[in-house]
Amino acid sequence: MRTINARTITETIKGLCIAANYELNEDLISALEDALTREESPVGRDVLSQILENARIARKGVYPACQDTGATVVFAELGNELEVVGGDFEQSVQKGVSEGYKSGYLRASIVKDPLKRVNTGDNTPCVIHSEIVPGDRLKLTVMAKGGGCENQSHIAMLTPAVGRQGVVDFVVGVVKGGAAKACPPNIIGVGLGGTFDMCALLAKKSLLRPIGSPNGDAGMQELERELLDKINNLGIGPQGLGGRITALAVHIEKHPCHIASLPVAVNIECHSHRVKTATI
Amino acid sequence: MMNDVVKIRPPLDEKTVRSLKAGQRVLITGTIYTARDAAHKRMMELIKKNEPLPFDLKGQIIYYVGPTPAKPGQVVGSAGPTTSSRMDSYMETLYKLGLKGTIGKGNRSQEVIDLVRKYKAVHFSNIGGAGALIAKTIRKCEMIAFEDLGTEAIHRMEVENFSAIVAYDSEGNDLYKEAIKQYGR
Repeated sequence: MRTINARTITETIKGLCIAANYELNEDLISALEDALTREESPVGRDVLSQILENARIARKGVYPACQDTGATVVFAELGNELEVVGGDFEQSVQKGVSEGYKSGYLRASIVKDPLKRVNTGDNTPCVIHSEIVPGDRLKLTVMAKGGGCENQSHIAMLTPAVGRQGVVDFVVGVVKGGAAKACPPNIIGVGLGGTFDMCALLAKKSLLRPIGSPNGDAGMQELERELLDKINNLGIGPQGLGGRITALAVHIEKHPCHIASLPVAVNIECHSHRVKTATI
Repeated sequence: MMNDVVKIRPPLDEKTVRSLKAGQRVLITGTIYTARDAAHKRMMELIKKNEPLPFDLKGQIIYYVGPTPAKPGQVVGSAGPTTSSRMDSYMETLYKLGLKGTIGKGNRSQEVIDLVRKYKAVHFSNIGGAGALIAKTIRKCEMIAFEDLGTEAIHRMEVENFSAIVAYDSEGNDLYKEAIKQYGR
């Protein structure tokens, strides 16, 4: 059994929270640069140029890329040959978020009670999705998820009768209705199948893939392409001010589902896609 | 659309507001006030109780923003716009008290577009997710009310050449609708 100290987990999470919010990943920068070459709208190109300039400023470590430094979502893959010592796993993660948001001058955006709405002051608690996997490693991924794009996300329990076309109509409809408010160009995460709860999680997990990397299944790949075409024909464009590039990519993750159900979830991600991973 | 840059300074008079057209780019210099969800709710409570607001709304511009904390020596942290439409239900009350402008990201309800025309106001959009770039045009930032709300407190900002685009004008024009029509297939 390999051991890992809870403090190491805290330090790792702290570092990931800060890095995610200041240093946007290379795949995102490449996707935005590519979008800039393809965008037909002059306003859209101007918006994309400013987004890229913003990323360059943020990288210097003085200003976070976006003032909404997100709800923190942590994905953990815990090896089954790994023992956490010197503290509790989940508490060590929460502590890392608290320390990262405070020392990184990141915004506290979490209220303790959805109705009473008093800010917790350090962006905790974060949402943790843990999985037990083979091996003796701990893989931690921090996503800083913006509220504006999260608000435009939807889930539907479709009837199997509507099939593929029903899925296309729902996904495109969600984007059409909400993308302008969700800081486009977006990354569209789609969960297909599973149960109600799992479907939403699939949509979020799909956002962790490198931007534009296709699903391994040929049918899903074709669906991703079709959805991206249809979404980029909506004309919403960067920041909703008109243009060709409304989405940088559509990612689908699927799972088997009940004979009665066809769940589909759309988790919209803004262009300020902040994700960092570390393996301990 | 891009060459047409107009410089404006709040408080805005009716003549200036009427001259602004959807799609026009503006550079704002002077004082603007921040308020987002929680501050709007507080302002509504004050109005209900006939108590004075933290600042006189007449001719002013509200920027929908909740910045990141300023580092030592910094004026403000990252300070890009939040989604405007969450403040839609508060607009008529604020326009009645003389508010002339708002800045945020994303499209708003037809009701707000109609109110912008009715009260001869203007709504600007700036770039969501460009908070680091935008922060460089903010020269001063001072908390003036609702300190307990943290990032959602009302701040008075002094801005210089703060860039925005007219989204909804006093004649009821809608930049979002027009732009999307132009590029939709």
